[in-house]
Amino acid sequence: MDGDDPRLTYRMARPETLSIVHLDSFSAVYHRASGITHLLAAPAPEILAALGEAGQTLPSLMARLGALYTLEDADAAALEARLDELVACGLVSCEPGL
Amino acid sequence: MGRAVDGWLLASVMRTPARAADLEAAGWTGLIAIARAEQMIGTLAARLQGLAVPAQVARILDDARTSAAQGQIAATWEAEVARRVLSHVGERLILLKGTAFAVAGLRAGLGRSIGDLDILVPKDALARVEAALLDAGWEWVKPDPYDDAYYRTWMHELPPLIHRDRDRMIDVHHTILPPTARITPDPVALLGDAVEIAPGMFALSPLDMLVHAAAHLLADGDLAGGMRNLWDVHCLIEECGTDGLEERARHHGLEREVARAVRLATALYGKEGSVGVVDRIYLFRLTARDEWGRATRPVTRMAFYIRSHWLRMPPGLLARHLWTKWRGGGAGPSSG
Amino acid sequence: MRAGVLRTGALSVRHVFSVRVGPVGFRIGSDWRAPIAALERVYAAYPAPHGGIADFSVRLFAARPWRRFVRPAVMIGGDYVLPEAAPLPLAQGLLAAEMGMNLQMALGQRHYLLLHAAVVEREGQAMILTGASGAGKSTLAALLSLRGWRLMADEFALIDPRTGLVHAFPRAVSLKNAGVATIAAEVPERRLGPLLAHTPKGTIRHLIPDTTAVAKMDCPARPAAILFPSFGYARATRAVLPSEVFVRLTQASTNYVALGERGFDTLTRMVTTLPAFAIDYPDTNTAIDQVEAAWAAL
Repeated sequence: MDGDDPRLTYRMARPETLSIVHLDSFSAVYHRASGITHLLAAPAPEILAALGEAGQTLPSLMARLGALYTLEDADAAALEARLDELVACGLVSCEPGL
Repeated sequence: MGRAVDGWLLASVMRTPARAADLEAAGWTGLIAIARAEQMIGTLAARLQGLAVPAQVARILDDARTSAAQGQIAATWEAEVARRVLSHVGERLILLKGTAFAVAGLRAGLGRSIGDLDILVPKDALARVEAALLDAGWEWVKPDPYDDAYYRTWMHELPPLIHRDRDRMIDVHHTILPPTARITPDPVALLGDAVEIAPGMFALSPLDMLVHAAAHLLADGDLAGGMRNLWDVHCLIEECGTDGLEERARHHGLEREVARAVRLATALYGKEGSVGVVDRIYLFRLTARDEWGRATRPVTRMAFYIRSHWLRMPPGLLARHLWTKWRGGGAGPSSG
Repeated sequence: MRAGVLRTGALSVRHVFSVRVGPVGFRIGSDWRAPIAALERVYAAYPAPHGGIADFSVRLFAARPWRRFVRPAVMIGGDYVLPEAAPLPLAQGLLAAEMGMNLQMALGQRHYLLLHAAVVEREGQAMILTGASGAGKSTLAALLSLRGWRLMADEFALIDPRTGLVHAFPRAVSLKNAGVATIAAEVPERRLGPLLAHTPKGTIRHLIPDTTAVAKMDCPARPAAILFPSFGYARATRAVLPSEVFVRLTQASTNYVALGERGFDTLTRMVTTLPAFAIDYPDTNTAIDQVEAAWAAL
């Protein structure tokens, strides 16, 4: 996706569409809207939580994660890569405009 | 049912569910096999919901309903993913066939099995849409260059794409019949009259849905899946009516096909109508199943297979197409 | 009317056999007598489908009418089919029937979560043995059934999403290659099906389940442990993490995705509540010892 476009808004799937079971260091996530099961490891659950339903742009998400987890040297490229994975699997949507 | 079992068994139970009460074990077994062969087991299960049936049948139908519901979740999700991708290139998502029925909540979608995602885009947007889909994880199904050139030159859709993670196919159409067909429907009218059925998701107008179903069955296909297709037609007529249908069909050059589809759907699922000799041959072919769900009447099948190619391609092209298929080791119609 | 004048007589299915294995009824039709005769012998003790209505139909048919007689080759058809399924020689008709039944389960079963696994039971506790083909599941299940365990399944474990119970599906056990001799040494000839040589999977012989397995096939059991046996290694038993069990079981299931959230709930409940062990074994006697040890430690 064109993650370098600051106008893109990232949104998490609505919480009522998710069933999450913590297994060990992984969590199994059933996405009711797609019928697809995902196995997530950190920091995917943290990113999902920080995104929320309202949606964030990449810069605002960086700021939010920085505040929540006191990230020392937040790496925008790494975060974007994780985000793109979540977009590709459908747990996060990414669309133009707010 | 005093006569040999065929597709009419399924049609009669779909028309009048109460007739299922007359079935004995062998009748049920045959009905279930035929419904599965026609990919209508979920539709049958939805139709018979709430009726008293033998316990074993109740379980089979219950599983079919649950299975169809899950299938529709997956199909609807494919539509949602496509909507997101198309939004990046500024195109509306226009759904065709089963996914459209399901998302719109139409009666034709009840329990219906849905295979590929079929969508319609303007012809001048094809390249953009194709690039966006490839970028989002879809890949070509057929690497064979002949098939690819065939699709691009002669078909009304992109070569089929499959998603590398979800293993689901998408068919991107720019009109509802291939350019080789003698009939050329009006894609601008199809796109112009599309209606929003869910946020950001569109479908053809109900009249165009009927025209498309008829075109798909009678001007494009070899009648495979015809019983299900005509159930769609029957439901659309019941739910949306036929006001203005004749005129719309004429506009697309499909008045004969649409009139026939309406007659066939009525003969199978509606009130007793009048059908002519040619319609009867169609019905004979459409209901060619035995109590094992086997395709019967092979001669009629082959005739319709050749006929369907004739309709879509000028004769010289047909020969070229078949030759390439034979040489490549491909076969004719399956004997299922 | 109804196009009756145009009807030509369809060729009827010549030979039919109906059987119920656990909760699942099958109707098998064949162009030839021989596969049906083999099924009648192997499944002599089994009942007919509930109410005479089969869940699935399987058809064994000739690719072309003359192939009934000339180099007869058995095509496998039914309610659910794979287009690429290659035919088998008539001498392997029983295998074709078994493959046809497997195919219906793998592609069409929606009532139970299906795990590619063997299941044995003792005192109401079921051990689920799953793993890749060739890990010796069938041989192990057959041997355990000769050592006081009830055979519940050698191919598919049926987990009921509503109860979490495992239902028996005691089909004839498909013994392969070395497994054939191992079991044949311990059972009378009448417990064995015909020897099928040179099949696509090598030599195959079916073990007819014992009377207990058939008599108790309507009794489900509570899953007690999940075992992942691997043949050909030094003896070792290690616990497997829930996330790994989860992934392995989704891969061992043919209908996990089709069941949707019911499948997810069933599997997550299993992996978070059941102990799971990978069992490496050099020979079957060691494996039996390890299964007994795992059971004793429950």
